[in-house]
Parts: sequence; C-alpha cells; structure tokens
Amino acid sequence: MFTSKPQSASKKLTLMIAAILPLAVSFIILAWGFFFVRDLQANNKDVPQLLIVLIAIVWGVGGVVLLFTTANFFVEQLPEKWTQRLVPFIFIGPAILMLTWALVLPTIRTIIASFYGVDSTKFVGLKNFIFVFTNSAMLEVFRNNLLWVVFGTALTVSAGLLIAVLADRSKFETLAKTLIFLPMAISFVGAGVIWNFIYAVKPAGAPQIGLLNAITTSFGGQPQAWTAFFTPWNNFFLIVIVIWLQTGYSMVLFSAAIKGIPSELLEAARVDGATEIQVFFRIMLPNILGTIIAVSTTIVIFTLKIFDVVWVMTGGQYGTSVIATEFYRQYFTYNNNGIGSAIAVVLFIAVIPVMIYNLRQFAQREAFK
Amino acid sequence: MKKSKFFNSLILNASLALICLLWTIPIVGLLISSFRDRIDINSSGWWTVFPHKDWIMVQRITPEPSVDRNQPMTLGGVTASFEEFLKGIEKNGQKFIWIGNRRIGYLEVQQYKWTANTTFTLENYKQVLSSGNYTAKLKDGTTQTSQGDSMNRAFLNSIAVSVPATVIPIALAAFAAYGFAWMKFPGRKMLFALVVGLLVIPLQIALIPILKDYVAIHVNGTFLAVWLAHTGFGLPLATYLLFNYISELPRDILEAAFVDGASHFTIFVQLILPLSVPALAAFAIFQFLWVWNDYLVALIFIGASPNNQLVTQRLAEIVGSRGQDWHLLTAGGFVTMLLPLVVFFSLQRFFVRGLTAGSVKG
Repeated sequence: MFTSKPQSASKKLTLMIAAILPLAVSFIILAWGFFFVRDLQANNKDVPQLLIVLIAIVWGVGGVVLLFTTANFFVEQLPEKWTQRLVPFIFIGPAILMLTWALVLPTIRTIIASFYGVDSTKFVGLKNFIFVFTNSAMLEVFRNNLLWVVFGTALTVSAGLLIAVLADRSKFETLAKTLIFLPMAISFVGAGVIWNFIYAVKPAGAPQIGLLNAITTSFGGQPQAWTAFFTPWNNFFLIVIVIWLQTGYSMVLFSAAIKGIPSELLEAARVDGATEIQVFFRIMLPNILGTIIAVSTTIVIFTLKIFDVVWVMTGGQYGTSVIATEFYRQYFTYNNNGIGSAIAVVLFIAVIPVMIYNLRQFAQREAFK
Repeated sequence: MKKSKFFNSLILNASLALICLLWTIPIVGLLISSFRDRIDINSSGWWTVFPHKDWIMVQRITPEPSVDRNQPMTLGGVTASFEEFLKGIEKNGQKFIWIGNRRIGYLEVQQYKWTANTTFTLENYKQVLSSGNYTAKLKDGTTQTSQGDSMNRAFLNSIAVSVPATVIPIALAAFAAYGFAWMKFPGRKMLFALVVGLLVIPLQIALIPILKDYVAIHVNGTFLAVWLAHTGFGLPLATYLLFNYISELPRDILEAAFVDGASHFTIFVQLILPLSVPALAAFAIFQFLWVWNDYLVALIFIGASPNNQLVTQRLAEIVGSRGQDWHLLTAGGFVTMLLPLVVFFSLQRFFVRGLTAGSVKG
C-alpha cells in the first residue's frame, strides 16, 4: 500500500526485516506456548490447575489473534500488487488449512485405511467391507441404526410440529417453548443419567425408585430392566432420550416457519369455513414443507451418527449397538484399524446424498454466480 | 360459540401443559434426587418428597424372646401367626407388619397418613466435587468414606477446553467468511464449495487419522488436542453461518470505508466484527454448548489421562463404574448441566436466532 514512493534497496531490505520479524516472533511465541502447554499438561502434578487453565486459555485465544495480526501486518508491508493478491489468503488460509488437516485429509486417509488390514500394513481389498455388510452382528447394528433414523426422526419431527402448532395458539407460548427447548442445553451423557434414573429397576416387591417401574408396578405390572434384557424394544427406550433432547430444536424451527406463513392466507381459509385440521394439512404443511425437509435431514444425519447416548446407557450391549459405537469398539477395543475405518466410510457414504444436495443448492447461489 | 371457544382453548392449554410436564419431569426428578440422602434415594422414589399418603410407623413392638414365634402370637391386641404378621394385617385402620426375621425381628404398627420425605443434604455435591477421599455424613448418623469424583477439577478442565474451542473456530471462520464474502481471489467458488461439502461430514471418519497425528507429536491427552479437533469439526458450520450473515451486510458501508483508504484488516476488525455480533454470539453459544456437552471427542483425544478429563467424561466414568450410586450420578449430572443451563437461560434469544438462521433455508 505504501509503494508509490520509489525505495532504495537497503530501505526495502529493512522494510522486509521489519515485516518478517513480528511474524517470526509470533511463530516462536506460539511454538513455545505449544510445548509449554503440552508439557504442563503431561506432568501437572504440582502446578495449580487454575493456572494451567488460564495459561491454556490465554495461549489458545491469544495465539489466534497474534497470528492473524502479524500475518496481516507482514502482507501489508509487501508491494501493493502482492498485498492485493495475498490478503485474501491471510483471511481464508487458516480456515482452509484447518479444514484440510482436520477433515479432508483424514477422510482420504480413512478411506485408504479401510482397504487395509488390522494394522494398516497389508492391502486386503474389499475384505473389510464384505465383513461389515455380511457379519450378523454388523447387520444387527445396521438394523438398530435404521430404527434410530426412522423412528428418531419421525417422532422428533412430529412432536416438534405438534408442539409448535399448539404453542402458536396458546397464551403461554414462550414458557412452553422454553421448557421444551431446555433439554437442548443438556449433554447426552447427562441425559443418559437422567433417563437411566427413570428406567432404574429394583427387584419386584422393593419400592421402585425409577419413575417408569414405579408406574408399571402401581398398575400391577412386573418391574422391567427397560434398556437391558428387553430386546429389541430397548432400542426404543434409548430413542426416547434423543426425542426428548431434540424436539426443542425441531419445535423452534417449525415455530419460526409457522409464524412466517402470511396470516391472510390462514384467515381466508378459516373464513371460507375450513376446519382447523384442514387448515393444518392444506395450508400450514405445504407452506413449511421446506423447513420440514431441512429439519428431517439434520436429524437423520444426527441419528445416523448417534454415539454418546448408546455408549453411556448400554455400552452397545443387549443388542443396542449402532454404527458409531461399533466403530469405536472395533478401533479402540479390538484395535482393528481396517474394519473400524470401513465402518466410518459406511457412515460417510450414507451422508453423500445430503452432501450432493447441499452442493447443488450452493451452485445456485447468487453470491457465487 | 363463545363457550366452545373457551373450551377449545382449555383443551389446547391443557394438552400443552401436559406435554411440558412430561418434558420437565425428568430434569425435576434429577434435581430433587441430587439433594436427597443417599439411603433415601435408594429406598424411595424422588416423588415421595411431595406430600403423599403412606403407611407410617407409629409404634414398634419387640416381643419378649420367650414368646414362641412358631405359635400364633398376640401383639398390640392382634393375634396372628408369624407368617400372617410377615404379610401384614390391617385392622382398625392400622397395619401390623413384621420386620426382619423370625428370631430377632419386631412388629411395626403403621398408620396410613400424610407424609413427605423432606430430608435434604448437600453431601452428594460435596462428594462429587472433591478430589481425594471424602467422608460423608449420612442421615442415620454414620459416616462413609469413599473416593471423591474430582468434578471440581473436571469443571475447570471443561472451561479450559470450551473457551478456546469456541473462540478459535469463530475467529478463523469470521476471517474466512469475510474473505469469501468481500474479496475476489482465484479458487473462491471451489474453496467455498469445500466448506459446504464438509457441512455434513460425520466426524467419525476423521477421528483415527487425527489421533495418529496427535500421537506422533505427543499432544494426545492435552487440551490442545481437543481445541484443534473441535476447531476443525466446528469450522464448516461456523464459516457457512457467518458467511450468510456477513455477505448480507450493506455494501455501501464497506465501499465508503474502502474509499477512505482503509485496509481489509481494518474494515474487518473495526466495521464487520461489531456489525456481526448477533451472528457471532449465536454461533458462540452453539459451539460452546456443543463442546461442553461433547463426549466422543474428549473420550478419544483426552482419553484416560485423569487430570485432564472433562465433566462429561467424569460423569460417564461414574455411570460405568458405580452405576447404582444414584446420589453421585444425580449430583454429578447436575454439575455437568449447570453452566449450559445458565448460558441457555441468559442467552436463549441468541441461541434460538442462531438455530433459525442456520437451518431455515427452504
């Protein structure tokens, strides 16, 4: 930017040094911090925890600020032409590098590993995939995941829609929506504990401390270990947990979509004598169809990857294992890199249609034409 | 007409209330239980803290050792055999029931009346929040020493992981979003397509290769490992959402700034960032909750190193090793939820706005 004045060679050199120096210094600071944080954590016996936490936060957050500022400073010292050319890459570069390292390369590496054996040294062709698609335990895993995707999505979407419609016409809309939305803030592990407690079982005759068994026995039923020896229904007791967690999400989106329907449209239908049910099916549903598809897709992908709930509730035992828990077990329990990778690739293949749909939508965007 | 309208709204609100109750009960049950004595939690349902009618002991009769327990006995004015007493006999609104075994047991006289189990305690929280040994005082006067669950430490660790794992991806994404929205450079369309394509990628596919990189440079088990992983996994959505927002800021503001000779960096820091606060806040809350609540990424990249474990890991560990210790599970569960609930209630508006901005795209 300051290139309009002619510069002597020595002046250029000092300028270059002045530009490179901050960049180099910040790299050194970052590298030093990296090793410092790493080693602090490896043997932090006598360092106060709070101090480590503070150093870690300052280094992590400060590092990013420092990196952008000095990199930009460096580029701005270059001749105008080069600044123009390079500044965009200062802005998008870190994100692209990060995406490449954390997502693009790993995907390729996992796909390659899925064609190799247990320790990734011997090429085995499609053997891992043949195992994944023929092994009877794996088939049960796929069946369970199908239950998750179908029932988890259908019930979350319909519960969210029902509540959104009800709340829209109630005076207590805000309160009701807050309460339904609340579980969104809770972790799956926490939700697992909450529902484990609801499903808790005591021997017949003893007072039941789990709500569900207390209700069952008060109606004269036998206490039941809902998530254990109750196949295949135990899967549904796990799915309920995710419905409880995610309905808030679908409700919020449907609620926003319903409010976006022009009120004249609804009024006109009502004046013409349409019943509320007709209004819902003939006017509301077609108008929010786009949102329904978007929400369903999100929840399908979400249930496809479901891990925490199953892992915490049953560890994938009692016929409740799903793709993600099986992936974890193959890789970390059986140390089978090949089959673990093949299972991850199956998950990846399952989301490709959505990926293609997203890219098509993107290709039509004004900003990129 | 008016009457049926009133009736309709009654049904509407009643069903809504029922659904809300259904949704809230699980959390209420957990919260109440976490304050109950450990013996109480395991012997009666949490709902017994509310007033309810139950058989309450009014008198205890311990028969003389000389009484023959194999013959019908007369105790408290009732004559019955041991077996009958064991089953319980109801007479004059009182219940006579044998507690314990035949030789050293006793007879309880119970009455059906209103009661509530309202002994509450903070012991459960003290135990999950302490490291090292913890001696708990129980309701019956005894003490019990066991290992604390170090949730205090895990809580700090979770903060140390969540704050940078929220700030770093947002910073990277905001710069990138500005770049994509306001700069022309070769490969712009292709690189943004990459971001869009990565939106739905299952993170499972990336875990193993990243783990291998971490093992190679010895960062596995540190906060750093988790920050970088969350940064990578959160970036596509962050960039996409922030791009949607930043690209729709009014063009003339920026052009005026350019005419004044401001650089991209200055415009970004002084103009775009302040204008984007709603979008940044929305995504920050989203990412913070996601990182705080995450279990899988922490499980793989922090793993078993005990000093660095996060709240979700500690809680999952209690589930795994002491799954019947409900006093610890309920208190521990609530400790993990505390911060998310505070964030949720104070910033709910931003959160909801973030969700709707992200997904209602027709």
